[in-house]
Amino acid sequence: MGFLQRPVVVTADINLNVVALTAVGLLSRLWQLAYPRAVVFDEVYYGQYISFYMKRIFFLDSSGPPFGHMLLALGGYIGGFDGNFLWNRIGAEYSSNVPVWCLRLLPALAGALSVPMAYQIVWELGFSPCAAMGAALLVLIENALVTQSRLMLLESVLIFFDLLAVLSYLKFFNSQKHRYGRRGVSSPAGNSLSSQLTALLCPRPFSLSWWFWLTLTGMACSCAVGVKYVGVFTYLLVLGVAAVHAWHLIGDQTLSNVCVLCHLLARAVALLVIPAATYLLFFYVHLALLCRSGPHDQIMSSAFQASLEGGLARITQGQPLEVAYGSQVTLKNAFGKPVPCWLHSHQSTYPVIYESGRGSSHQQQVTCYPFKDVNNWWIIKDPRRHQLVVNNPPRPVRHGDIVQLVHGMTTRFLNTHDVAAPLSPHSQEVSCYVDYNISMPAQNLWRLDIVNRESDAEVWKTILSEVRFVHVNTSAILKLSGAHLPDWGFRQLEVVGEKLSRGYHESTVWNVEEHRYGKSQEQKERELELHSPTESDISRNLSFMARFSELQWRMLTVRSDDSEHKYSSTPLDWVMLDTNIAYWLHPRTSAQIHLLGNIVIWASASLATMVYALLFLWYLLRRRRKVYDLPEDSWLRWVLAGALCAGGWAVNYLPFFLMEKTLFLYHYLPALTFQILLLPVVFEHISNHLCRSQLQRSLFGALVVAWFASACHVSNTLRPLTYGDRSLSPSELKALRWKDSWDILIRKY
Amino acid sequence: MSFKVSFSVPRPAATPHSRRCWELQFLEPVFSRARPARPSRSVMLRATSRLPAARAATTLSAQPRGRRPAPRRRRKELHFPGHPELPLGDFLAGRLARPRVPAGRRAILRRGRMPPAVGRGLAGSELRPRRGRCGSQAARAVGPDVAAEATARSPKRPAPGSRRFEAAGRWALLALVTLMSFATRFHRLDEPPHVCWDETHFGKMGSYYINRTFFFDVHPPLGKMLIGLAGYLSGYDGTFLFQKPGDKYEHHSYMGMRGFCAFLGSLLVPFAYLTVLELSQSLPAALLTAALLTFDTGCLTLSQYILLDPILMFFIMAAMLSMVKYNSCANRPFSAPWWFWLSLTGINLAGALGVKFVGLFIILQVGWNTLSDLWHLFGDCSLSMVTMGKHLTARILCLIVLPMALYTATYAIHFMVLSKSGPGDGFFSSAFQARLSGNNLHNASIPEYLAYGSVITVRNLRMAIGYLHSHRDLYPEGIGARQQQVSESSVHLCGSRAKLSAVTEPAVTTYLHKDYNNLWIIKKHSTNSDPLDPSLPVEFVRHGDIIRLEHKETSRNLHSHYHEAPLTRKHYQVTGYGINGTGDSNDFWRIEVVNRKFENRIKVLRSQIRLIHLATGCVLGSSGKILPKWGWEQFEVTCSPYLKGTLNSIWNVEDHINPKLPNISLDVLQPSFPEILLESHMLMIWVLWPLPIWWLLYELLGLHKCGSQISNYGNSGLKPKDNEFTSKPWHWPINYQGLHFSGISDMDFRVYLLGNPVVWWLNLLSIGLYLLSGSIVAVAVQRGARLPAEVEGLSWVLLRGGGQLLFGWMLHYFPFFLMGRILYFHHYFPAMLFSSMLTGILWDTLLRLCAWSLACFPLAGGIHAVGILSLLLGIAYSRVLGREASAQVNLDPLGEGLDSAQGV
Repeated sequence: MGFLQRPVVVTADINLNVVALTAVGLLSRLWQLAYPRAVVFDEVYYGQYISFYMKRIFFLDSSGPPFGHMLLALGGYIGGFDGNFLWNRIGAEYSSNVPVWCLRLLPALAGALSVPMAYQIVWELGFSPCAAMGAALLVLIENALVTQSRLMLLESVLIFFDLLAVLSYLKFFNSQKHRYGRRGVSSPAGNSLSSQLTALLCPRPFSLSWWFWLTLTGMACSCAVGVKYVGVFTYLLVLGVAAVHAWHLIGDQTLSNVCVLCHLLARAVALLVIPAATYLLFFYVHLALLCRSGPHDQIMSSAFQASLEGGLARITQGQPLEVAYGSQVTLKNAFGKPVPCWLHSHQSTYPVIYESGRGSSHQQQVTCYPFKDVNNWWIIKDPRRHQLVVNNPPRPVRHGDIVQLVHGMTTRFLNTHDVAAPLSPHSQEVSCYVDYNISMPAQNLWRLDIVNRESDAEVWKTILSEVRFVHVNTSAILKLSGAHLPDWGFRQLEVVGEKLSRGYHESTVWNVEEHRYGKSQEQKERELELHSPTESDISRNLSFMARFSELQWRMLTVRSDDSEHKYSSTPLDWVMLDTNIAYWLHPRTSAQIHLLGNIVIWASASLATMVYALLFLWYLLRRRRKVYDLPEDSWLRWVLAGALCAGGWAVNYLPFFLMEKTLFLYHYLPALTFQILLLPVVFEHISNHLCRSQLQRSLFGALVVAWFASACHVSNTLRPLTYGDRSLSPSELKALRWKDSWDILIRKY
Repeated sequence: MSFKVSFSVPRPAATPHSRRCWELQFLEPVFSRARPARPSRSVMLRATSRLPAARAATTLSAQPRGRRPAPRRRRKELHFPGHPELPLGDFLAGRLARPRVPAGRRAILRRGRMPPAVGRGLAGSELRPRRGRCGSQAARAVGPDVAAEATARSPKRPAPGSRRFEAAGRWALLALVTLMSFATRFHRLDEPPHVCWDETHFGKMGSYYINRTFFFDVHPPLGKMLIGLAGYLSGYDGTFLFQKPGDKYEHHSYMGMRGFCAFLGSLLVPFAYLTVLELSQSLPAALLTAALLTFDTGCLTLSQYILLDPILMFFIMAAMLSMVKYNSCANRPFSAPWWFWLSLTGINLAGALGVKFVGLFIILQVGWNTLSDLWHLFGDCSLSMVTMGKHLTARILCLIVLPMALYTATYAIHFMVLSKSGPGDGFFSSAFQARLSGNNLHNASIPEYLAYGSVITVRNLRMAIGYLHSHRDLYPEGIGARQQQVSESSVHLCGSRAKLSAVTEPAVTTYLHKDYNNLWIIKKHSTNSDPLDPSLPVEFVRHGDIIRLEHKETSRNLHSHYHEAPLTRKHYQVTGYGINGTGDSNDFWRIEVVNRKFENRIKVLRSQIRLIHLATGCVLGSSGKILPKWGWEQFEVTCSPYLKGTLNSIWNVEDHINPKLPNISLDVLQPSFPEILLESHMLMIWVLWPLPIWWLLYELLGLHKCGSQISNYGNSGLKPKDNEFTSKPWHWPINYQGLHFSGISDMDFRVYLLGNPVVWWLNLLSIGLYLLSGSIVAVAVQRGARLPAEVEGLSWVLLRGGGQLLFGWMLHYFPFFLMGRILYFHHYFPAMLFSSMLTGILWDTLLRLCAWSLACFPLAGGIHAVGILSLLLGIAYSRVLGREASAQVNLDPLGEGLDSAQGV
């Protein structure tokens, strides 16, 4: 009962600044959130995925991992959205079943919380609350950030997690440093009470809060990567800074070896293992949620499709697992480029002479056909027997067996020979053998080569086995060349026998998709049989890791046609805001929403980055010559602030120069946020270290205030374009067009 | 609840510290620990740390031949950097000497300026008894072994003990290495006596230089110029056509060119040998490297043919060698050898860049090295700012100005030599073509400014080969203008096919006559009166005018409308429309001059113009896509609604006929040399950029690789086939698949470029081992572990020397992952050179460490010698095996064929 002898005291330490900033942030982002009640710009793109989530239909989006989409869908879930809305056009009115407010809530919250986080970051970097306040206010009034976070888009969420990662790393780093009494150094007040308090609160390494911030860093990083791939750059930056700090830790000889090892292990677990696990978790939830087949199934492998409800699974359920002699199968190529297709043949023959003047064998065409068709059926035949039906018990086909492939509808044998293929003259033509009684014997024996026989067994299995067909006489391999045949081949894809194939390539790999045991020997009955659907009863599932790796691989390799877009821009346009994006225009009035930044902030932030770089270089050179302009602790603060803010800008901006996809202005926003954080840091530095007298300092302060006032004014001027709540007259709109390159829509009446 | 409002009081500005030149924090604990030393040794030591001087002195003067170096050496003795025969210091002594170095220099020393000096100590320890933990055993063990090894390698070598003989032995070793290299490279150089692989185009380009006909290539000219020069000097007359791989040379003299390439390729081995020797000061490491390169089949094959790669690798290695040499004489700045090696580095950089743009990577490496070098100098407060300035200027002069001047000079020579019209004309702007004799623009004279009524040809700036063109064929049904009732009369516009085929024919040396379908008449939009009527005054076309362009042959107007273009669906279709020049308002275009420095008038050749469609506001451009058969595979012309300015939408006027205007000579309009330089670089960058058109150009130029040249050039041969001859960067280090050089199926002599798997996999293993051991050492140093002196020295070699080589390997390898170009196996070879050198250093160091840690056991010291010897023998044996295997070159159709390097 000892605890009763002392009063229970709860001491809360609340920074009113943060509370106030959060409140204003929420106000600015949530105000009239449901307006406009119409599809705005990329909402048309993200919206369809929300609908897919709501209906639990599988989809594939190559633009980013699923976490971001899931967060948006969470908003829909909260608002009770049923997914029934056709996302087809920017500007379309939302129907009443769409909970617009809820859908836009999460991005807006993320945007609002970025404001107090900016404050916290600058504060944790060791700068004055005044600078921290400045950073937060700049984030608050930056029009582009406001616009982007008020809509159903992912940039604000990405920025939120980027900032969270940096903030929690700083918290972690400072709590590590607390041993040496950081606040005592940085806060000039230095009264004994507060230093005692900090000493009391100061967490030692491996304390609860130490672990909390460290883990949160890792989690935030993986969330950032999970929202968009570009989050990986911030992750790398945080990793880099952590690595440098860890390196210093290694050099700290006051720590024992075991202690250093523990530190390193803790960091490795929190910054490498946990993010990886979290990333996997996103996919796990994603795949668990999306269990129904949908329009993007075709891109995935047969096995993956079979694991979804409906679609292929309905067909393949309950078909026999092991392929036996006499099995009727369809063979799908594993490559899937340019389109997924099945091995196919039809009555037509190759033309005697091609346009190029070369000749062909004039035998029956074999192609790859991207649609389901009865002509995709083939029968596996044992060359030593004549029958085309399955024995009882079935004799399974194994790796290395010699088989013949019989086309189900025409009963001709798959054949290849030393005749150049129609479009790929290096390779052999593949045909269904027609006996013309000329000196061209049938060469229709194929050796079965199961590629993944290590993971699965030596027996040829439906869907699971990846097989190659090696021609016995010429060692050619059956391959999809990817070329479209001309009109005589009905624009289907060319299939060839590849003689000089080296190593593994997906275009030579096939798998059985539909499969049944053949029952009828007679041609007529067999055709009837082939026309009837396959029967079904049981299902088979892939492991999570297999599905994850396939999905991830497809997401990274599927290329959407990067087309020109009216509002696309190049990275060079972003620094000085030479471009904008028109997001939405009111159907009747000229109220409109633009992604348009506060040009004062953009320009001065770019300038500040340059000033920082120059000053940094200058100090660095001077230090090298043993001239120490700055006291050691402010130098360290200056460097850390630069590494995180200027570095954050650089890693989020420079890689875009190497990317080949279509780029938009909003890709710059994460970089811009980091740049904005740098701005007050540079100001404070100039005021504290470069202004020599009190007078200069006051003058400089006045300048900064004036500058901030102008930024506020600009922000207010552009507000109608940010919120789209007020219809401006054409002359007002013209007046807002400060740069020729800005595209502001002016209605012609 | 307590509220805390935080605020901060501005702190007073920090007063600048004026403490200058403290080096306390740079002192490593190691140094202080290593201090207890016998006086005599530390005297000796000073000698070692000034070692180059000491060594030179020994070779030159009649110093006593005892094992101990003479106790006193003057600092400023003559120094021949880089001579491997220099005398040997005592390693242990080397470690102890350093505390004696004046404090001001120590910081630099610690930061790595000096490690070569430490390394020199190592070299000594190799050939003479070491004083390790169990010095005497080590001495006993090592001495004879090394002697045996040395005798095995060079029989002439006398027993050790005499320094002069040692020096001679080192020379002999170098000579032996060089000899081996030359012997392997020149062995059967004349086979096969037919064109192999890329010889077809580098040989051809050599011939162009001899014939002085102009051509265009994606690589800078130096390499091909050298090939041409070698051919010229060896009596090749430039008449062989080099049409396709497999063509027999017959009576043409090709050995000069091959010999030249093989000569440069052979020099790679001694260069690598010397570089490693300089970095590690260890003879076995250098020998190991030399053996790796000598016996690697890939390097061998690549050096034997008329290719750019041996030339490129020669310059890369030479730059690396001279950089390393220069680093090691950094302690005597501004001396003659210092200047020599610095400027030689610059020259080699220019050479590397002048052969291929891959040379940029070695420039980056040298640049990085120079920066860190300057950084260390800058931190040395004993150097005044004036001295720093001198250092900086010297580097700018030798490493920037000199290479730039040389690089530009190669271009000057290139354009001077190639003065006749040839297959490359079509790639260059019209103004440029006017320079070439034999071109129809040469010495031509045309009116200078565009006026109404002029007949012109219009050429796209981006496509570099495309003229605005039209012909009577129609857009097919269902494409584009299907709603338009006049669809029968629509005519499509394309880049000129005639021009393209001119480029394909290398035999045609004159410029093919122009297609009449390229001619357009420029007319006023409003009137249809004939502007050529002599009664009317001449009216020039000006910026911003509204014009019509009438196709001369078909009398239809250039027209656009709201229909999607045939291939680029987001653009508008461009057609020919109207009858006898009367069309509609969709035929009006506003003409804009982009570079308006020549007033507002439009100057032929020089003015860059854009054509804006008046009704839709789109801009005329070429999308760069190739139309299907119905469009004769010409380039699509569209009207793009996106007004972003790209070269695709900029045109210039080339031919110009107007009887009412006075003609001026085109020579006035000829571009200056800087403009030519810029233009050819823009062109190269554009071609190297991954664009669909790229393969077409490649094919047209005959730049296609051996085997992919197919007779049915029209349709499918344009793209490389999957996994046919191209490869992915990750294939390379594992020697995944090679390259056919010669002999596809029916020839008797097959050449297949593939590395010696033993060498390559050893290299791969070494990189992994290096990363492991390097990080262990680095962590140990950072933890302040007390490393014994010898280990410390070895780890410095590992970190510094190995680090440079690893950096080189990464620079020459990783950027390829970012490149969208079609990549080939042979792109890896510069990186492979670096990884082989790393292998040499790594294994030598590791074995030494092994020997050291086991030094208490008898015979343990032999581990090193045995290890190195077995590696050498293993490599040589793998080569022998490879040779036997290659006797029966038999490519497995499934591609599991192993190491068929070169054979019959």
